[in-house]
Amino acid sequence: MIQISNKRKKIKSAKDRRNFLKLTTMSMAAAGTAFAVWPFIDSMNPSADVLALGTKEVDLSNIKKGTSKTIKWRGKPVFIKHRTEVEIQDARKVDLNQLKDPEKDEDRVVNPEWLIVVGVCTHLGCIPKGQMNGDVKGDFNGWFCPCHGSHYDSSGRVRKGPAPKNLEVPKYSFINKNKLKIG
Amino acid sequence: MAKKFKNKTIAWLEYRLPIFSVLREALVDHPTPRNLNYWWNFGSLAGITLIIMIVSGLMLSMHYVAHTDLAFDSIEHIMRDVNYGWLIRYIHSVGASMFFFVVYIHIARGLYYGSYKFPREVLWWLGIIIFLLMIASAFLGYTLPWGQMSFWGATVITNLFTAIPLIGDNIVTWLWGGYSIDNPTLNRFYSLHFLIPFLIVGIVFFHIVALHKFGSNNPTGIDLNLKKEKIPFHPYYTIKDFFGFGIFFIIFSIFVFFIPNVLGHPDNYIPADPLVTPAHIVPEWYFLPFYAVLRAIPFKLLGVLAMLGSIFILFVLPWLDTSKVRSCRFRPIYKQFYWIFIFNFFVLGWVGSKVPEGHYLIISRISTAYYFIHFLIILPILGKFEKTLPTPINIFKISKYKK
Repeated sequence: MIQISNKRKKIKSAKDRRNFLKLTTMSMAAAGTAFAVWPFIDSMNPSADVLALGTKEVDLSNIKKGTSKTIKWRGKPVFIKHRTEVEIQDARKVDLNQLKDPEKDEDRVVNPEWLIVVGVCTHLGCIPKGQMNGDVKGDFNGWFCPCHGSHYDSSGRVRKGPAPKNLEVPKYSFINKNKLKIG
Repeated sequence: MAKKFKNKTIAWLEYRLPIFSVLREALVDHPTPRNLNYWWNFGSLAGITLIIMIVSGLMLSMHYVAHTDLAFDSIEHIMRDVNYGWLIRYIHSVGASMFFFVVYIHIARGLYYGSYKFPREVLWWLGIIIFLLMIASAFLGYTLPWGQMSFWGATVITNLFTAIPLIGDNIVTWLWGGYSIDNPTLNRFYSLHFLIPFLIVGIVFFHIVALHKFGSNNPTGIDLNLKKEKIPFHPYYTIKDFFGFGIFFIIFSIFVFFIPNVLGHPDNYIPADPLVTPAHIVPEWYFLPFYAVLRAIPFKLLGVLAMLGSIFILFVLPWLDTSKVRSCRFRPIYKQFYWIFIFNFFVLGWVGSKVPEGHYLIISRISTAYYFIHFLIILPILGKFEKTLPTPINIFKISKYKK
């Protein structure tokens, strides 16, 4: 009797050992597969040459007050708006509680005269209208996205429509009074 | 059980690889309900369209160049210089519309006759997977000519992924292979557009295996237990399917030869410009109902979820519809709701093509709400309370309540 129960114990422990081995082997295999898959996934991320096209310099001297210019940066349009006093005042006196994505105008500009935003609607990536003379500027005197009807104000903040966020402010700095570096 | 093959070569191969018996079972002997109406032609029509798309696509791929500088011109090269290039391209672009047309009817037939119910739930699932793959393939393919609608359609759709919290932006950059839709994007879209049709072929294979497990549903929706209720697939349904092909090819040809661009958008003959958004971005007609759902909801993430949900809800349809009776023929109340649902789907398609403002926005919201109410409220409740008509014991005993 004793012998039999010992044998059973042996079998049981052998089974446990087998399960343990199976489990560790399988987890190692899963981890290994995950590591092996990563290069394939990462190969679809931006390549080195795409990443290298990071910065762009812009001459500001020929953008008059009250007008804007669109430049291409990283394949996307960037809006450079030379704002008038009225536009700056309009943007600053807004009650932050009314905003969907509350941000002070002061936090969105380096020099209040110049608003620099990525001209891509935060809803689904269309380019809002309002850069050209005679464009629809929306209900808040900024930009209007014709695709799904989002309105942006003179600080590029979303005021109406399906867009969830304000127009993105790219990283930029002024090299001198008339020269801007984006990126 | 297996009949012997007389031809010695076939018999030799059959002994080692039972391909001929499988084909004979599927295409010749397969017992098929004898009362199928013409709505059952659309499965084989979808099959032939898939073959047409793969063959015409293969020929196009020999001339197309997937590069942002060359793609648009290579399409014009196909249209003007390649022998019969215009024909092959129009077959492929019109074919996409035909494919959706046929598949929508195929799905609508399934909805009307309750083909999704026990024991055909997996068959139904495989169909939805094919539909999802078709949507992906059509979207990717539409990007390839690199016209304005290609570019901006791709922009809007890939931006749907930014709705994913936290990692949304990283996912979109990964999908694009850059900071915007550009050459890496076009390249991978071409690659995936080539792959997906073969995935569809694979799923179609399983779709047919699942179909043959219990056989086709039929207009009465009852289980067929008598042997005489079924007839062999060949010659009865092969000939009927071929007749369907004939009618279908006539319609297909009218589009290809006389109105090849009527279903497309003229803006796609303008080369893609990343700095100019067209005034009004519209997807191809077959996406309009789902596009309407997306735009009906003013919150981005919710809109995306609703759009995906409007298709994924079909996966649970077999359990949302609680009625034991399959066919609309014996469900007088569901039949009304069925046609309201179809009408509502057309309304969604119509508002999907309009600018989402004013009363169009209100209509799209009501329609979207109704779409989900149909599945989530009407179907579960109706199955419990509807008084169905008595179903016949077999297809020869027609119910006395039937008009």
